Amino acid sequence: MTAKEKETKRSKQQNVEISGSEAVIRSLIEEGTEIIFGYPGGQIMPIYDALYDYRNVLRHILTRHEQGAVHAAQGYARATGKTGVCLVTSGPGATNLITGIADAMIDSTPLVCITGQVASPLLGSDAFQESDIIGISMPITKWNYQITSPDEIPSTIAKAFYIAATGRPGPVLIDITKNAQVGKFKYKYAKCHKIRSYIPEFPVNKEKLNQAADLINSAKKPYLLYGQGILLSRAEKELKQFIEKTGIPAAGTLLGLSAIKTNHPLNMGMLGMHGNYGPNIKTNECDVLIAVGMRFDDRVTGNLKTYAKQAKVIHIEIDPAEINKNVKSDIALLGDAKRILKLLHLLAEKKKHLSWVNEFKDAHEIEMKKIISSDLNPETLGIGMAEVVNKVSELTNSSAIIVSDVGQNQMAAARYSKFATSRSHITSGGLGTMGFGLPAAMGAKLGIPDREVVLFVGDGGLQMTIQEFGTIAQEKVPVKIVVLNNRFLGMVRQWQELFFEKRYSFTEIFSPDFVKVAAAYGIPGQLVNKRKDLNKALQTMLESKGSYIVEVMVEKEDNIFPMVPAGASVSDILLCVNDIKSSN
Amino acid sequence: MKQEYIISAYSENHIGLLNRMTIVFTRRKVNIESITASESAIKGIFKLTIVVNDEKEKVINITKQIEKQVDILKAFYHTNDEMIFQEIALYKVPTKALMETDQLEKMIRQHNARILEITPEYTVIEKTGHKEETQELFNGLTEYGVLQFIRSGRVAITRSPIEKLSEFLIQRDALLAKI
Ligand SMILES: Cc1ncc(C[n+]2csc(CCOP(=O)(O)OP(=O)(O)O)c2C)c(N)n1
Repeated sequence: MTAKEKETKRSKQQNVEISGSEAVIRSLIEEGTEIIFGYPGGQIMPIYDALYDYRNVLRHILTRHEQGAVHAAQGYARATGKTGVCLVTSGPGATNLITGIADAMIDSTPLVCITGQVASPLLGSDAFQESDIIGISMPITKWNYQITSPDEIPSTIAKAFYIAATGRPGPVLIDITKNAQVGKFKYKYAKCHKIRSYIPEFPVNKEKLNQAADLINSAKKPYLLYGQGILLSRAEKELKQFIEKTGIPAAGTLLGLSAIKTNHPLNMGMLGMHGNYGPNIKTNECDVLIAVGMRFDDRVTGNLKTYAKQAKVIHIEIDPAEINKNVKSDIALLGDAKRILKLLHLLAEKKKHLSWVNEFKDAHEIEMKKIISSDLNPETLGIGMAEVVNKVSELTNSSAIIVSDVGQNQMAAARYSKFATSRSHITSGGLGTMGFGLPAAMGAKLGIPDREVVLFVGDGGLQMTIQEFGTIAQEKVPVKIVVLNNRFLGMVRQWQELFFEKRYSFTEIFSPDFVKVAAAYGIPGQLVNKRKDLNKALQTMLESKGSYIVEVMVEKEDNIFPMVPAGASVSDILLCVNDIKSSN
Repeated sequence: MKQEYIISAYSENHIGLLNRMTIVFTRRKVNIESITASESAIKGIFKLTIVVNDEKEKVINITKQIEKQVDILKAFYHTNDEMIFQEIALYKVPTKALMETDQLEKMIRQHNARILEITPEYTVIEKTGHKEETQELFNGLTEYGVLQFIRSGRVAITRSPIEKLSEFLIQRDALLAKI
């Protein structure tokens, strides 16, 4: 077809009336949607019917639960950088999305969730499967809107994609009443490029930029903290160039991991409650703290009253509401991290801070001696989580996308995975949603099929969304699943051991034989009880073409260290159980 | 230190917005003292005026969270002395009291209040002013038995010559032109 023919075909199409449902599908295609994660039901059936005609253009993944759909869309979005799309019915279908939407909101993940709704004359009548999803989702969406007439569909979807992906990304929900789905109208699509009441990214303030550069250039012990903002603004290269030129040591938040490769000489590791020793204590020793694309979460800062009080703080952030929210900044640079780092790079002087960087290395030696070496080569008979994670990292040559669930497995995965490329670490940070891992891994693999995706998950978390084995089997998604089974809700048990006198209140958990459960879905796997079998099992898993599960029986009562106890200062990070006893 | 602040938020599109706004307060357990929605001097733009009593830091934080809402154009916060503001109060008292003594009429006059309606059973009095003033009249009237009382939300206007938003809109439209 020539361009002209295409154009006439298009304008012809524009003059025919189509249903709201078909308009939804065509609008999604216009926005570049490749995959929809969803689950049908009464009030979304017209859209599912329209999707049937487009099933060769738009892939639909039928999950086993709407929570699975939304976490899969999150995993897809986090791996690809594109907007994840969910399609579900009204009432219970819509409310089942809530956990994932809240998770996406706090972790700045772009999602467009479309929910069916009863016909508009029935709104507010407690009709069958009516729920006020607009009201329910309001505090956990970046924007939401109810469509009651088909002609609102194209412009609302365009707006939704624009809002979800720009500025600080986030989830958007569109509720479409049944009459809007079946009504006909003349369809015409135009992308959204601006909204008067919404500035996704403010222009950089040159004066403040210069002040920041001066501060950085005169710093003796500058220290940079990077967050997910680096990934979201695709500023990995700019970050690397900036720290290399200035010689500034850097550490990442949980969600910032993989923004620079793990073994970069200026990458000092991870911040936070179970982060690395040096990155935590040095926060309270640096003279200039440069925070880029991170929001000073309490799991990173510990006690705010004693956090980086000695330092001048430069906060580079896209969301104005984050400035001075938790930590007061001396210079706030509002805007896109990529743009700002590029400009700062030009103004920054070439420097080396060798002795300062060496202080981090000394701290690392301490952590190595007290924690890492025994984590990796434990004297216990039982296998440790760290060994497993480390083995996977070795066997994949750090090339896999690592997805984790929540708890000790998550912290082991974050601490001991090595990353060589960006967007290689996907986990639920802000909300800490157990059950996130399995569906998110599936979504990530569907988004980036040519990368290995390995999930680390606990025996508790796996059982929260284990039904997604069904989706993985039906859609043949080759995710590799490593269950770290300690027969406990491990992280809660750890807190009970450390802070509640070992009163293990309801944290011992029975689980089925996960390998057998997977086998029932047709997913092969094996159980590992002994250290000597670990390597081989993981190798088999990684060589397998399809999905595969390795269930590792790990030490029952292992703890994750170091640890900044909740509410303590980052300088009071504990290296072992005895530290706690002596600090009590 | 806690004190009264007036937050004004502007929007072109107010469906569901009130809910989004109040969520910002309830989530932080901040009490809304009063809330008023009205058109602004600029066509198509609505204005919400909210009075809170809280620490400055918290008010700044809340103002930013309000402004973060996609449909909010801009939110400002002001202390009371930065604004001219009024509330209106209506009082219903038994007409009998008005007839029996001239004290009541004197009180109405002293307070610069006025009578809106007199029926054989009741009289409705109106007073505009700051809360302390309308409250003072209420306290005075209680002696005669107040049958009903209501005070409106606050309406406020800045001391600057034009609506602060006008300047903002000029900047905003210039910014948008660059996107
Ligand atoms: C949905 C949800 N419920 C409860 C919690 C609280 N929680 C945090 S970690 C944890 C234990 C997780 O146990 P498991 O999945 O076995 O992983 P482990 O810590 O043993 O690696 C719990 C219950 C949570 N984060 N999410």
